[in-house]
Amino acid sequence: MLSIRNIVKQYAGHRALSDVSLEVESGQIFGLLGPNGAGKTSLIRIVNQITAPDSGDVYFNGEKLNQSHIERIGYLPEERGLYKKMEIGEQMIYLARLKGLSRAEAQKRLKFWFEKLEMETWWKKKIEELSKGMQQKAQFVATVLHEPDLIILDEPFSGFDPVNAELIKDEILELNKKGATILFSTHRMESVEELCDAIALINKSHKILDGKVKHIRNSYRNETYFVEYEGPRIAFDGSQPFELLDETHSVDDSHTIKIKLSGQNNSNDVLQYLIPKARVNMLQEVIPSMHEIFIEKVNLNSAGHE
Amino acid sequence: MNKVLLIIQREYLTRVRKKSFIIMLFVVPALIFVMGVVIKMVAENSDKLSSLQTVNVIDKSGSFANKFHDVTNVKFTYALTDLKSSKQLLKDSEGISILYIPANYMQKDSVQIFSKKKASIPLSEEIEKQISDIAFSNNLISHHIDTALLSSIKRTNISVNAIEISDKGDKNANIGPNILIGIACAILIYLSLFIYGGQVMRGVIEEKTNRIIEVVISSVKPFQLMLGKIIGVGLVGLTQFSAWIILSVISTKIAGHAFSSPASPMTNALAVLQTIPFGYIMGCFIFYFLSGYLFYAALFAAVGSAVDSETETQQFMFPITMPLLFTYILSVSVLFRAPDSPLAVWLSMIPFTAPVAMMVRIPFDPPHWQVAISMALMVVGFLFTTYVAARIYRVGVLMYGKKASYKELVKWFFYKE
Repeated sequence: MLSIRNIVKQYAGHRALSDVSLEVESGQIFGLLGPNGAGKTSLIRIVNQITAPDSGDVYFNGEKLNQSHIERIGYLPEERGLYKKMEIGEQMIYLARLKGLSRAEAQKRLKFWFEKLEMETWWKKKIEELSKGMQQKAQFVATVLHEPDLIILDEPFSGFDPVNAELIKDEILELNKKGATILFSTHRMESVEELCDAIALINKSHKILDGKVKHIRNSYRNETYFVEYEGPRIAFDGSQPFELLDETHSVDDSHTIKIKLSGQNNSNDVLQYLIPKARVNMLQEVIPSMHEIFIEKVNLNSAGHE
Repeated sequence: MNKVLLIIQREYLTRVRKKSFIIMLFVVPALIFVMGVVIKMVAENSDKLSSLQTVNVIDKSGSFANKFHDVTNVKFTYALTDLKSSKQLLKDSEGISILYIPANYMQKDSVQIFSKKKASIPLSEEIEKQISDIAFSNNLISHHIDTALLSSIKRTNISVNAIEISDKGDKNANIGPNILIGIACAILIYLSLFIYGGQVMRGVIEEKTNRIIEVVISSVKPFQLMLGKIIGVGLVGLTQFSAWIILSVISTKIAGHAFSSPASPMTNALAVLQTIPFGYIMGCFIFYFLSGYLFYAALFAAVGSAVDSETETQQFMFPITMPLLFTYILSVSVLFRAPDSPLAVWLSMIPFTAPVAMMVRIPFDPPHWQVAISMALMVVGFLFTTYVAARIYRVGVLMYGKKASYKELVKWFFYKE
């Protein structure tokens, strides 16, 4: 769907993107992650043809990115904004027509969306008369009105109240189900595991990680487990087949430990060691969250660069 | 539909639908109408007397008895003969004045008019005219001119018309109206460049501070947006001017009909106006308005793209406003007196100053080759500023929260894409 190859973008004084390559597959929800200032917005602007890369290419459905693709892309920038003095209905139609829709078609689709998001009464209102949350909703509609194949959302959930954020999230999922590919950038990890099929992590202009979320998390397993057992507290003396990372004890003889396997041992070895000593209620592998991976990778990357 | 057309349409419609635009559309011609009426009324009232004036002639010389003739609103009587008692009488009556002609009336300032209020200028002029005529006739008679012959000679009124000799035939050289038209055009262009250029600039700043810019230029190229905005606002200006001209012509025509009076000095001036080639001047005006607007609007757009708010524009406005202000001041003070001086010629060639400077010269009909060069340079000029501005604009509109310097603008200009 979208193939970003060896993009370099240099601004006066700093490098925004160094040799970044990404593959976004059709139908994916793709998360572009990274701390503030990593280069996410620069990359998004290049895909939107707002700026051009110094070197490297972008391919859209196998074709080199050109003006004709603009109508296939919907873009919600991080810095939201609409014409304050313009009536909202008229404005939405204007923006849709800039994306190549006819007036009649834009009007029809707009009616649909306004009903769906309960905005019917806003049509004649000026943007400045709407609350911030309402403006964001309107802007989201403007982004998707021309039914783009690729929807690019820059920090889509910032600025929304929880109710609207949920609403927008559901809409994004629905659009995705209908076949739209979603590319969104965020520095908030909570939404990533829930939404994204694949991600790329960008830090200080470099891509430091990418792939399917499941694969990444699996590859970051580090043989850590949570174990819950019942009975008298076990005193670990170092002969156990694992390393004890943490333990918590409750009054009713229920204990939780966090362990890391040592040597060639596996989870069965752990059970074999524990079963004679106590009743094991649970053994669960700890798969690191994207948040943890993110923090770890960014810190590592930063340390390596300084 | 072409995207630039869409942008032009939006820029145009959002502006002409504004209440302020519609109000201005009618207020300005209304003001011109009122001014026209007032000028006309003042001109006509100073021309004739508004109420009946009785002039009592006390003639000590004996040469003027019954020789004054009554005119509109001025009546001559010879009832009173004593100056002192008449003066007493005057204290209580309006509209009566006393013309005192001493025996030695030929002496300077010896003839006097007494009245309760100062005698009006038209009244004194009328009396002066008649008394001179009578004295002249008396002189002729005293030199044995036959009275019958004298009364058969009609008084002739001759006014002098200044004609300028040129290759294209003689032309009326009454320059008063030319100066007025030239300066009026120059002022209009000067003001409109600022008004509409400023609108473009504010529009760019609005898009930038609203952040809608990013949505729009993900759909169209920055250059298309800039062009659409400049053309849209320019059309607003054209609409306004056309409406003003049409409404003003209609309203002054109405005013002219309502207050027309034959053969006053005012109508003479109007007759001179009719000899001026309005079509040519109007054409030049439209051309210099449009080309000057395109020239400056591009620069205004570039300034708008480089700042985050209107208050920051000042440092960049200086080089834009200076040449305009400079020409404007020169135009209203020097250029119209010497429309063919080297200074005027040079200023009317340089695109920065030409729209204002050339409009001062146009009513004086400068050589056509000069007008042609000036126009050609204007076209080259606005193409150039549009090119420069577009390069700054495309980078500037995406630079938020960064105070730009001239150095930075130069850097933006040289950015690849």
